[in-house]
Amino acid sequence: MTSLLVIIVLVLLAIALWQLTKIFDLTQVGSTSDNTEIATDKDNNIQGYLMFGFLAFIYIFTIYGLIKWGPLVLHTPASAHGGQVDNLMNITWILIFIVQAITQVLVHYFAFKYRGKEGQKALFFADNNKLEAVWSIIPAVVLAGLILYGLYAWTNIMFVDEDEDTVVIELYAQQFNWKARYSGEDNVLGKANVRYIEGVNTVGIDLADSYSQDDIVVTELHIPKGKKILFKMRSQDVLHSAYMPHFRAQMNCVPGMVTQFAFEPIYTTAEYRELPFMVEKVANINALRAKKSEALVAKGEPALDPYTFDYLLLCNKICGASHYNMQMKIIVDTPEDYQAWLKDKATVVNEVKASLAAPAATGDAKSIDSSSAKKDDVAVMAAK
Amino acid sequence: MSAEGHDHAIDHEHEHHHKDTFITKYIFSIDHKMIAKQYLITGIIMGIIGVGMSMLFRMQLAWPEESFKIFNILLGDKFAPNGVMANDIYLALVTIHGTIMVFFVLTAALSGTFSNLLIPLQIGARDMASGFMNMVSYWLFFVSSIVMISSLFVEAGPASSGWTIYPPLSALPQAIPGSGMGMTLWLVSMALFIASSLMGSLNYVVTVINLRTKGMTMTRLPLTIWAFFVTAIIGIVSFPVLLSAALLLIFDRSFGTSFFLSDIYIAGEVLHYQGGSPVLFEHLFWFLGHPEVYIVLLPALGITSEVIATNSRKPIFGYRAMIMSILAIAFLSTIVWGHHMFISGMNPFLGSVFTFTTLLIAIPSAVKAFNYITTLWKGNLQLNPAMLFSIGLVSTFITGGLTGIILGDSTLDINVHDTYFVVAHFHLVMGISALYGMFAGIYHWFPRMFGRMLNKNLGYVHFWVTAICAYGVFFPMHFIGLAGLPRRYYTNTNFPLFDDLQNVNVLITTFALIGGAFQLIFLYNFFSSIFYGKKSVMNPWKSNTLEWTAPVEHIHGNWPGEIPEVHRWPYDYSNPNHEEDFVPQNVPMKPGEQALHH
Repeated sequence: MTSLLVIIVLVLLAIALWQLTKIFDLTQVGSTSDNTEIATDKDNNIQGYLMFGFLAFIYIFTIYGLIKWGPLVLHTPASAHGGQVDNLMNITWILIFIVQAITQVLVHYFAFKYRGKEGQKALFFADNNKLEAVWSIIPAVVLAGLILYGLYAWTNIMFVDEDEDTVVIELYAQQFNWKARYSGEDNVLGKANVRYIEGVNTVGIDLADSYSQDDIVVTELHIPKGKKILFKMRSQDVLHSAYMPHFRAQMNCVPGMVTQFAFEPIYTTAEYRELPFMVEKVANINALRAKKSEALVAKGEPALDPYTFDYLLLCNKICGASHYNMQMKIIVDTPEDYQAWLKDKATVVNEVKASLAAPAATGDAKSIDSSSAKKDDVAVMAAK
Repeated sequence: MSAEGHDHAIDHEHEHHHKDTFITKYIFSIDHKMIAKQYLITGIIMGIIGVGMSMLFRMQLAWPEESFKIFNILLGDKFAPNGVMANDIYLALVTIHGTIMVFFVLTAALSGTFSNLLIPLQIGARDMASGFMNMVSYWLFFVSSIVMISSLFVEAGPASSGWTIYPPLSALPQAIPGSGMGMTLWLVSMALFIASSLMGSLNYVVTVINLRTKGMTMTRLPLTIWAFFVTAIIGIVSFPVLLSAALLLIFDRSFGTSFFLSDIYIAGEVLHYQGGSPVLFEHLFWFLGHPEVYIVLLPALGITSEVIATNSRKPIFGYRAMIMSILAIAFLSTIVWGHHMFISGMNPFLGSVFTFTTLLIAIPSAVKAFNYITTLWKGNLQLNPAMLFSIGLVSTFITGGLTGIILGDSTLDINVHDTYFVVAHFHLVMGISALYGMFAGIYHWFPRMFGRMLNKNLGYVHFWVTAICAYGVFFPMHFIGLAGLPRRYYTNTNFPLFDDLQNVNVLITTFALIGGAFQLIFLYNFFSSIFYGKKSVMNPWKSNTLEWTAPVEHIHGNWPGEIPEVHRWPYDYSNPNHEEDFVPQNVPMKPGEQALHH
């Protein structure tokens, strides 16, 4: 409704301006000069004031935006390194706002202040090396600071110490869903390649690899709070990007290679839901959803479910028609809950065995040359 | 050189004897001024299509999966049954919108129009070094536009893997229908486009180096020419790399090679590809893709420099610093491409290097911004529509450029990469800024192109509505990006998490629709003024550069007699030694007058 009002107001404004131009044109009917399309003192005056008005518009719009939309942006980071990212972000924002505030004033105020008048002459001021030096060196120094802080943080986040105690989990992307593979007791992921995909072995694990024996594949990601998680990422078809905004984490999943990203979650899902900003955000979302539901119910459609917060893993690299719906729920548990959840999950090896034992229908896939060899492997494993 | 100029004049007398037919004058013309107009009008038509597409997908984003009759009319029953936009056509629309706006409008139409129009006229040459190659360049661009448009009509729909066409998505029709015939036509169109662009660029470089009139030293060139010259060089360096990427992609698609593909399981089968890497494609693509930003932006900044100096009645501040910063930006632009790939899976160490080079680019950019501001200071500003668009450019260039400090920093990029924050950033800093530059150029040089004036009051309305809507669209977009909303989502309704962003999306779309609709005022002004505009005088803006010394009516060879000789730099505005507040470049130095630049 407000947008309709905005449209109407702007359309009326446009009509008013249109009529104004007509009046201007009419007042100039008598003049034969060819210079009527060149700014006159009157034009300079009007446009100068409008420039000043535009400055006010930018300022008011910025402040309005900060108040109205500021609360929408990602809040408290849910990972250990996230604080560092947000800190750097805040420093950068302060710098940006200072520069923006000053330069926009200068641009628009000068446009207003020095609007042209007949007979006035501009200042002939062509060069000043000192000034040039000032506005080369100041940005250089400021940027040097930002670069140093940025590189320090980047190195901390991206380079994972081999000896560090991490939980290794694979994120597996395909059109249009995510899977997670847990490395099990040995904390080492078994070898994998799309050429091993067959039946219930949907992520292509090499079942012959000794590290594969305890691997578990699930469709809902659980991670323990307070432990560093090392995600190894794969994709089976096109580029995807594993984006976990609340953890300030993102990495592309590239077919043909394994990429990685590591972070330590510091709030369980339950704790994060209780943070004051989140309570407020969810209440706001639910108010919006309730309103939408009313409209839906009136049309005879089912109402929307109320929303509870969950961390999400989103796909953030265009990957096909259903890219917009490629997501996986992430649940951060306490370490105990995490262990309890993981304990009763079946390993892929066992799932494959179960599917082979079941009606032979799944067993006769002979499309891949190595399938018989692999079945032998399974038999060997079963013998163990 | 003056003697040579005289010879040309005699040649030119000759030319009058054989008459121009309609075809040689308006269609297969080799006259740079006509070719400029052809580029401009083709570009405007492409612009209407590109902007129109954005209106459609903005409506889908604001009112997801609602039925609009216009969708059904424009997209047909297949892609908009009952007026509801389908998800694959949404991706096609954003893909083709990006392709058309970046390449066809802001590269070809911007450089093609103003490099062609201004290089010979401002350096004092009778035409481009090779008029024929110039003509071929335009017609290749025309054919490439036709191929791109025709790809909209193929059965499975046009290319829809984003304008960056990352494989494997762009390589496999199994992955998305648009990667079939639509993608083939996209690649063919781009190959033609690149050939066209290279011919144009070579011509610009050769012309600037060889055909300057007597006295026109490199440091007396207007900044427009410096910008076009350097832009052409960047194009020559980087466009061939995109061509090679496109060729390798064609090989992968059609001949079974594995340059970019490896280990793929799709639609229930393992494909034979092995050993390639999509990351290689990203490197090749962005080796063009980033310089491309400056191919788009530098001409706009060049135009702005000229328009701001003329209308401020003041020399552009720091002429040499401006040239140095153009050169610095050009050099740096070729070594920063990796900032599009911080999270592509490349070695994080490379991320550090690219963060460093990327943030360096802020320094020459800051120099340019502050020099513009200083040029305005104590000027006698003639606030013509061209001047408003130039001031608007400085404003959006700063607003959009500043958020580049966030995106260029690998640490911060992690969380805003591929969100609407990026969309907001690059639309302001390169989309809107370059469009403003183009509008400034059109308003300023329209009299030079068509011998008539554009209506200034319509120009004012056009600017103010556009300026408010540009901020209205892209300023709120930063916030939804910072909220973590990924770009290229057909709808966000599957994420209750983003439900509170929907109102912002409606506001953005409202501004977009109004801003888009008001471009009609410009179109009306443009096309009606070609025929009915007030007749222009020879030098309406009292400018110093040589193009305003040529007669209003276009003639082959530009000047009827000798080519004017240049005696001074182009920015002698309000020079205290002279009565008038402008001193054209062809006015000889007074006895004892000191040259500022030579």
